[in-house]
Amino acid sequence: MSEVATHHHDDHHGAHATGIMRWLTTTNHKDIGTLYLLFSLVMFFIGGTMAMIIRLELFQPGLQFVDPQFYNSMVTMHALIMIFGAVMPAWTGFANWMIPMMIGAPDMALPRLNNWSFWILPFAFTMLLSTLFMPGGAPAGGWTMYPPLVLQTGDAFPFLIFAVHFMGASSIAGAINVVATVFNMRAPGMTLMKLPLFVWTWIITGFLLIASIPVLAGAVTMLLTDKFFGTAFFSAAGGGDPVMFQHIFWFFGHPEVYILILPAFGIVSAIIPTFARKPLFGYSSMVYATGAIAFLSFIVWAHHMFTVGMPLAGELFFMYTTVLIAVPTGVKVFNWVATMWQSSMTFETPMLFALGFVILFTIGGFSGLMLGVTPVDFQYHDTYFVVAHFHYVLVTGAVFALMAGAYFWMPKWTGHMYNETLAKWHFWLSVISVNVLFFPQHFLGLAGMPRRIPDYAVQFADFNMVSSIGGLGYGISQILFVIIVVKCIRGGEKATDEVWEGAQGLEWTLSSPPPYHSFTEAPDPESITGGHR
Amino acid sequence: MNLLSKNIFISLILALIPAACFADWELNLPRGVTPFSQDIYDLHMYVLWIVCAIGVVVFGAMFYSIFVHRKSRGAKAANWHHSTKVEVLWTVIPFAILIAVAVPATKSLIMMEDVSNADMTIKVTGYQWKWHYDYIGEDVSFYSTIHKDSNIARQRGAELDPFDVDHYLRDVDNYLVVPTNKKIRFLTTAGDVIHAWWVPALGWKRDAIPGFINESWALIQEPGVYRGQCAELCGKDHGFMPIVVEAVPEADYLAWIAKKTEEKALVINDSKALDQMNSIVLTEAKKINSGE
Amino acid sequence: MNASQKKANSKTVRFLLFATVLMFGFGYSLVPLYDVFCEITGLNGKTGRIVSADVGSKELYDDRLVEVEFVTSVSADLPWDFEPTVEKMLVRPGVETRADFIVKNNANYTLVGNAVPSVAPNAAAKFFNKTECFCFTKQSLEPDQILTMPVLFVVDPDLPQEVKLLTLGYTFFEALDVASVD
Repeated sequence: MSEVATHHHDDHHGAHATGIMRWLTTTNHKDIGTLYLLFSLVMFFIGGTMAMIIRLELFQPGLQFVDPQFYNSMVTMHALIMIFGAVMPAWTGFANWMIPMMIGAPDMALPRLNNWSFWILPFAFTMLLSTLFMPGGAPAGGWTMYPPLVLQTGDAFPFLIFAVHFMGASSIAGAINVVATVFNMRAPGMTLMKLPLFVWTWIITGFLLIASIPVLAGAVTMLLTDKFFGTAFFSAAGGGDPVMFQHIFWFFGHPEVYILILPAFGIVSAIIPTFARKPLFGYSSMVYATGAIAFLSFIVWAHHMFTVGMPLAGELFFMYTTVLIAVPTGVKVFNWVATMWQSSMTFETPMLFALGFVILFTIGGFSGLMLGVTPVDFQYHDTYFVVAHFHYVLVTGAVFALMAGAYFWMPKWTGHMYNETLAKWHFWLSVISVNVLFFPQHFLGLAGMPRRIPDYAVQFADFNMVSSIGGLGYGISQILFVIIVVKCIRGGEKATDEVWEGAQGLEWTLSSPPPYHSFTEAPDPESITGGHR
Repeated sequence: MNLLSKNIFISLILALIPAACFADWELNLPRGVTPFSQDIYDLHMYVLWIVCAIGVVVFGAMFYSIFVHRKSRGAKAANWHHSTKVEVLWTVIPFAILIAVAVPATKSLIMMEDVSNADMTIKVTGYQWKWHYDYIGEDVSFYSTIHKDSNIARQRGAELDPFDVDHYLRDVDNYLVVPTNKKIRFLTTAGDVIHAWWVPALGWKRDAIPGFINESWALIQEPGVYRGQCAELCGKDHGFMPIVVEAVPEADYLAWIAKKTEEKALVINDSKALDQMNSIVLTEAKKINSGE
Repeated sequence: MNASQKKANSKTVRFLLFATVLMFGFGYSLVPLYDVFCEITGLNGKTGRIVSADVGSKELYDDRLVEVEFVTSVSADLPWDFEPTVEKMLVRPGVETRADFIVKNNANYTLVGNAVPSVAPNAAAKFFNKTECFCFTKQSLEPDQILTMPVLFVVDPDLPQEVKLLTLGYTFFEALDVASVD
């Protein structure tokens, strides 16, 4: 923190405040990044606890622990917390920490908005979690909030709606900040096509957020007025249409899944070249593929609702656009493999998680392709096959990339190396247990087990038991991560500035830990080598 | 390598525990008993093999690289990072594969959406948490709810073990009886929230949406009892509204319809005075209105 | 942060906020857009519109007959019986036809309901024109009251030849105290 004293800018950073006030009033990108990441970790464990309750109940047939209504609440809250509380804030946290350092800027473009966008989140999630103690229970209609079912929610309903509004406002503010930072704060010489891919994927994510979250806000506002103010947007009785909600929701919902995964592509594209000691293959095609995926994400939404009874032409259109996403996604995977080819790899934990990501995310992509084929989706839809699919892309996809990124930059953030042995244990335990957890769910879905049920026919008993054992293992393994993080913050082997042998990019030219304000002087344009490294 | 052997040991343990307990390992989509279900089973296997093949190639290259191009084996990193030829190739090839998937998929879909020339129509209405079936053109309609044994065993702290119940959570009081080898048109709708009617052996599920009717069809080629359940989250007891379809030869079906029609008439005669009056009034009103 | 960066930032923020507001509006504009889309494609079998009677004056160019089937449902919270007087009829496209439905309140208190129509196959919905319909008007029924309600409709002669069966479904819901959408 020695840099702080010499810092002479007029930003209202909170370095002068101490204790809790420092964190409440901070406008520093690293402080806010830390807050986001810690918040996300807390939410990851709250959502994870709910997942443990779900897997515990599904351990064997019959209802042992919870009532069906509470089970539905767990399913609903688990999804909302993991999506809006764990993964999205984690990406914003990474963006806050890394983007100014990657583009050679002193801080984010809008430091006060930055503070504000973080501190909305604890309020939003306190509101959401408080519904667990309300008459009628927490929301139990699924995170997708389909009417008319969601309108049967008890006192929790307005809390759900406003919590979603707040989460949305926070994400939009975060996105505006990232986009403004990248557009206006780049160091001289940092042209767009020299940006690290993490920055690129985040700009595109930012635009997706700005384009899709307001649509969600509109949809939930309509739900609110339908319930309390006599409108009938989604009520057939009043001339509305419940299916219309699904169209509006998924118009937001599909871009949302790319919001969760695009920054992961960016992180993996930073890690693989580093540990392969070889430039990223096809930098520009990576950028274009990301753009293509983002564009396609707006014209595939109805593949989430093939069974609502669409006209044939609609089903065909959405099938074609959906399977088309496989092309740019394939380009990315091939590029990563090509980056590894004829390289000189080592396998530190970030690399292990990144490799795990490539393989397991691709498996999730395969099941995604299968799901995109409309006639077969008439079978897969709303079964555990879907559950397996989106957990492969979100847990072994997004979460693995988050872990990879955390290990990759933790030495930079804290100035200490993490404990490599424990971290390797964390990886191997995670990767084994997560497959024991989710792979059998493919079989369950194919054999006919619907999702979102608290109890199941006995022919599904075996795989559910396997899956629950895997779930417990995965849950426990994550405690190891907390231990590693705490140990790393408190001390450990001193990290060098470069940290990794093959590391390239502006963030590695700063000290470990970096100064409070990243680049108070713009870096030498000569040192900006370009995103493909 | 100590680490690796430990991991293998753990995964083996994990794999063995449940295998020792039970032996029901259903892995794949059922082939089903309708032309459509068999079509999509083939399509499912076709796409599955395609993605497996892609997986073998991609992961093969990746693992080869991981084993050979590692620093510990003295591999030196090359410096190339671009090849337009290769990039075009791996854009075009997946595109071609997708076309090979889309063509049969389109054919199946067109077949599925052709509901014309059906031999009979059954209206399926979802309610929280039961199904109502209405044979259009026949005087047969009834509710179908979860079988009482399943309903007892599914309660928390139930004495009855789910494993001791026949078809736990997959049995109902009234089966939906249908003829084999007839094109049956299903109209799905709902009376409260959205449900989805799904029998895997028929090859599809269709949402039941309040206020709207959805059409689908099935032609069951083999007699038998086919089980399914609601597939769209519909509230507390979403997991407890099973579907049982019994497909019988046409003659048996007609006999069943006749029996049901007769039963219904008997029920009307036997039921409480109020119900009786109601239905008579309704029947009379019907006659008056239809000008008989 | 220098002055030109500050200026650029506020410009970017204004643009992005504008985009946010625009997308919020877009979410709402999906409602009328969806209705237009449904009107064109017959998505969901929506047939809310009542058309004027002269649709039936379109020239008849064939003498084919279309089978029209009536199905009825009652929402879970409404203790009413609701049935068509005739379940199926043959109808000539272009000719106005009448179908009657009977509804009875089984509750011992007055209830208000309204019926929502839906046509299958969905794609044929736009060819099913109702010239008079009890749908979307509230029906109040006293205890045990029985009411006969007519629907007058014309099947558009432009109905594609391959459609031989049309289903008109009605669902009675308890009337919501809502501002009318139409």
